[in-house]
Amino acid sequence: MTFTISHLFLQHYWWIIISLLASFLVFLMFVQGGQSLIYSLPQNNLQKKMIVNSLGRKWEFTFTTLVTFGGAFFASFPLFYATSFGGAYWVWIAILFSFTIQAIAYEFRSKPNNVFGQKTFDLFLFLNGSLGPFLIGVAVATFFTGAMFSLNRMNQVHWATPWYGLEALLNVRNLALGFAVLFIARINGLLYIINSVDDESLIKRSVKRLITNSIPFLIFFLYFIVSLLVSKGFAVDSVTGNIIIEKFKYLHNFVEMPVVLVLFLAGVIGVLSGIGITILKKSVTGIWFSGAGTILSVFSLFLIAGFNGTSFYPSIYDLQSSLTIRNASSSLFTLKTMMYVSFIMPFVIAYIWYAWKAINRTKITEGEMNSDGHAY
Amino acid sequence: MIENIDLDLVDWSRAQFALTAIYHWLFVPLTLGLSFILAIMETIYVRTGKEEWKRITQFWMTLFGINFAIGIATGIILEFEFGTNWSNYSWFVGDIFGAPLAMEAILAFFLESTFVAVMFFGWNKVSKKYHMVSTWLVAIGASLSALWILVANAWMQNPVGMMFNPDTARNEMVNFWAILFNQVAVDKFLHTISSGFLLASMFVLGISAWFLLRKREDLLAKRSILVAGVFGLLSSLLVAFTGDGSARRVSKVQPVKFASMEALYEGKNNAGLIAFGILKDTNKKIGEKSVKEFAFKIEIPGLLSVLTGGDKDAYVQGLADHMFGNEKLGIISVPDKIQRGIVARDALTSYKRAKLINDTAQIEALKGVFNDKDFHNKYFRYFGYASINKPEDVIPDVTISFYSFHFMVILGFLFIMIFSAALYLLFRGTIADKRWFLWIALLSIPLPYVAGELGWILTEVGRQPWIIQDMMTVSKAVSQISTGSVITTFILFAVLFTGLLISEISIMVKQIKTGPKH
Repeated sequence: MTFTISHLFLQHYWWIIISLLASFLVFLMFVQGGQSLIYSLPQNNLQKKMIVNSLGRKWEFTFTTLVTFGGAFFASFPLFYATSFGGAYWVWIAILFSFTIQAIAYEFRSKPNNVFGQKTFDLFLFLNGSLGPFLIGVAVATFFTGAMFSLNRMNQVHWATPWYGLEALLNVRNLALGFAVLFIARINGLLYIINSVDDESLIKRSVKRLITNSIPFLIFFLYFIVSLLVSKGFAVDSVTGNIIIEKFKYLHNFVEMPVVLVLFLAGVIGVLSGIGITILKKSVTGIWFSGAGTILSVFSLFLIAGFNGTSFYPSIYDLQSSLTIRNASSSLFTLKTMMYVSFIMPFVIAYIWYAWKAINRTKITEGEMNSDGHAY
Repeated sequence: MIENIDLDLVDWSRAQFALTAIYHWLFVPLTLGLSFILAIMETIYVRTGKEEWKRITQFWMTLFGINFAIGIATGIILEFEFGTNWSNYSWFVGDIFGAPLAMEAILAFFLESTFVAVMFFGWNKVSKKYHMVSTWLVAIGASLSALWILVANAWMQNPVGMMFNPDTARNEMVNFWAILFNQVAVDKFLHTISSGFLLASMFVLGISAWFLLRKREDLLAKRSILVAGVFGLLSSLLVAFTGDGSARRVSKVQPVKFASMEALYEGKNNAGLIAFGILKDTNKKIGEKSVKEFAFKIEIPGLLSVLTGGDKDAYVQGLADHMFGNEKLGIISVPDKIQRGIVARDALTSYKRAKLINDTAQIEALKGVFNDKDFHNKYFRYFGYASINKPEDVIPDVTISFYSFHFMVILGFLFIMIFSAALYLLFRGTIADKRWFLWIALLSIPLPYVAGELGWILTEVGRQPWIIQDMMTVSKAVSQISTGSVITTFILFAVLFTGLLISEISIMVKQIKTGPKH
């Protein structure tokens, strides 16, 4: 039996992979969320050390997922990579900068003779924790609100503002998603600490912070979602292939792709129940509900950004330069080759899970922090 | 096409990429090599059950940890700089270049980052064997990480396995295996990872020598010298062997780079190999470009002809052959290549114009032209030459190419001698008494770093003005952002990387002075 795989199928397949990577990235940014709390959450240095060490054992997963997200975007939708990175220069550089300072902060912070002192490296963790999720949220929001670029006949990008991407910070909807991502990262960070640290007073403080972070999250998230559903969207005209403005486009996408709507609602319920069982039932497993919920919600948001004849990176400067999964993708051969490589991903996820369980088998305790093993 | 490229923008963008790459390569080779040394040491521990080997492994693992993260940090910037600073390039080659990059992340980065957590934190949480396997997986993951990016870089030196698609104005992959098993990629991968093994061996040897000089940690030092000596000697031999192979390959696929690194202006039979030389300014010119000649040189007669062509009468091509052409050898002159490139570019422009006005007859006719093998071989393969302003612009900086190549080779031979001497003295049982050698070993720690950077400078500077050999120049590849933005980020990254390097060295020195835990 033979069958042929169409280019369109592969473009959808790779958009699903990109969406999955993005959703895991937002979940794994619980590391960043936790880092943004290192000044306000711990009561003393020991608690701070426990927080840093519980997050520090996971930072590389987030980092590697970000790298993979970038690499997969480059490989499957290179025109987006070229357009957004080469145009919205300052936003991406700021994101990169914040992740660079994170990478070394864990290893260097408590080492003697680190030249700049622990305070500097803790500040790096805080800056990455706050700026990283916020800026990634703002950058992703432009998938729905548009960016200021045009492409010439050779697909070379021209950015229409001298701010090279920073103008995205002037859009309220972009800011709303930025803050929503920051607060969900903080919520997941708190839930992760509750799950992995064995310290009653720290857990109590984390539950309190969970309440104060959930409120702003809900406000920003609801604002973004409501404005998304009532806003105009960027659709591909099925006859001419041109990009047109369509009223309620994203609402239509949810209605026309009910499976995505169900995934989205399941995601929201997952996040809310993760928060709920932690606050009301003193459960320590909220991270798994909230984490799964985060993954489902982000995944479905990416699907409505790219599927159903939608431009996933619209240009509000030159509408016809907008990017879709069809015009921005790699060739059929490349996408097919990479699809075969992507089949290894379940195996990768399996060994990550295996290693994760091995390290998290015992919780972080005061005793472990005072032993002479590898600690941050 | 975007015309009027701002040269300052190109230079600053190149400077930023070079800065990131140079810093990246200060940290990565140690990760590549030390991970294998750790795996070997830990295997000895598991096989023999002797606690001293665990202590030795853990000491070097502490130093590994200090260095590891900073390599990752600079790596992510490199990955994203392809997009931020070379966006035209990213589109032009994304269909090819992106695939190995994505595979690197999926196949290698996760392996490395997952098991590095087990390696650091798993000593008391997982079994001895589980831990040892994790350490090996970190080492294998690190080398696999290097594989894919080197495949991508090799493709930039020797583009293979693709076809140009005029509809998308980019190159598209048609043969994945040709890209993966590109002979340049195979040479480059082996040469690069073995240079990392060598560097880490010198690092371990030098620090162990310091302990012996201070009459401390005698057992740790000698055992470490044993592992580093054997691993280092094998690696340095592999570096020499693969280096020789790489140079021969360059002479075939990048003859202009080869002639530049040998400072060979006029091609000749019975060409000598310059073991070392000093270049001086002269009135000699190739086209309008002034070139330097040897003020002094040590030359082995005929050897270059033997190495590249198999016998001493073999003809080795010089820069002049490529500039002005050589009919006998079938080499086309640069002005001719420029003309051919312009024909290819004009065909593409006509095609785009025909698409715009929907002139179907013209579209079909030009599609036929682009699919024609003859057109590809005669014209399209010189597409990049259409953007060359002056023929002599295709000659890279001869001085930098020559010196970086020759210093690297000299250092390569020195490393073989140092590792051989270390093993000889160790087996004679006299190494601790030979203070002169211990000092040499200690002071040699920076030399593999220098050699590695020189290798990359040769690779990248020697390819100029191309970002992809013969297909795209750096000035066509650059992102159209303001020069001021790039200067600002260059300064930001320069300050950040330098600060981190100072911090790392300071931490490392302190940890070494503290020594292993007892």
